[in-house]
Amino acid sequence: MITINNLDFSYKNVAVFKNISLEFKEGNVYGLLGENGVGKTTMLKIISGLQFPKNGTCVVDDFIPSERNPYFLQNIFYLPEEVITEDTTPEKFINKIGVFYPRYDYAYFLNLMKELEVDPSRKFNAMSYGQKKKSLLACALSLRTDYLLLDEPTNGLDIPSKALFRKVILQHCVSTDLADSHVSACGQNSTSDTCGGRVPTIIISTHQVKDVENLIDPIVILDHEEVLLNATFEEISSKLYFDYGSEKSDEALYTEMIPGGYINVLQNKYGMESKVNVEALFNAVRNNKKVVRDIFAVGCEQ
Amino acid sequence: MEFKSHQPIYLQIYFHICEMILNDKFKVGEKIMSVREMAVEVGVNPNTVMRSYELLQSKNIVINQRGIGFNVAENAKEIILEEQKKQFIEEELPEIIRKMKLFGISIEEVLKNS
Repeated sequence: MITINNLDFSYKNVAVFKNISLEFKEGNVYGLLGENGVGKTTMLKIISGLQFPKNGTCVVDDFIPSERNPYFLQNIFYLPEEVITEDTTPEKFINKIGVFYPRYDYAYFLNLMKELEVDPSRKFNAMSYGQKKKSLLACALSLRTDYLLLDEPTNGLDIPSKALFRKVILQHCVSTDLADSHVSACGQNSTSDTCGGRVPTIIISTHQVKDVENLIDPIVILDHEEVLLNATFEEISSKLYFDYGSEKSDEALYTEMIPGGYINVLQNKYGMESKVNVEALFNAVRNNKKVVRDIFAVGCEQ
Repeated sequence: MEFKSHQPIYLQIYFHICEMILNDKFKVGEKIMSVREMAVEVGVNPNTVMRSYELLQSKNIVINQRGIGFNVAENAKEIILEEQKKQFIEEELPEIIRKMKLFGISIEEVLKNS
């Protein structure tokens, strides 16, 4: 569990967060959304102990990231958006950093590289951007940390690679779970017996909503000075109704044209079911900060 | 799995599993995929799949064997067919009747063409 309370952060004189409170519950794949420059990357850096808050607290399990306790650091991994350009190969790189992570699994790394279709013995600087991204994703997953923070992981991936990305992330959650469970019938799928971890908590920061729409749940939407939304799909679809129709609705919080009509985002007054469209959700929240906060304030306390 | 744009994903997975039970891909009395296996299979967050399974369970289509998994209930097919029939009569049939009236199609004509 990650708990952030009354957090302030600024770069020199530029305030990024003012009095932000936020919780990430264990074992979920969170989607962290927000406009450019609201501090998604900063948030990930604070959680992983790479930036220190000015005021307020960030606590991960029982650790304070800024203290940089080795037992904390061996259990969390932050994968930045920018790729490394070191003159090395993925297999050398992972063996170098793997020693710091007790559940690091080289066999799993090789499997992931195979699945993602990248050669682990090829030098990074001889790879395309997408191949570097995929190599580093394999590295990050193979460390088997309980916390994994991915900053724009699908940027630069081609279309088949995006599908592979979703697959390996979902398998990653499953494999740890199976190894951890006592149901022996399922255990045989596990590639390793060294992983005794919990179901990992993954935070994916992204602008590429379509790439991860079905993968993430809950969704957190950050703004400059507040958290606009932190809700599961189930909560979102119970509070908001996504109407796909041929007309614009006057009551809609947000309306967008889609092929064949409109998508209207309305308050869900009659308890109807609809499919959450994350892009429309994002725009609805962004354009109606206060209204949305009031809609979600009821019964959404963490 | 290809998703439609309007229906909640968890319902689409629910209907997908019903379809697999009707087609004997999941056999009566046998275990179906675990929530997490299904999540990987359809490429969707396990929380979403869990909701589909909860719905299947609440309709007694599958039975949760604690610690083992979900088994297809003995009368699962009857329950599914009953539900789909009800849905057809309540939701699809009125639309068909409306169109028949609009185009002036008689019952006899329908029967002749079927």
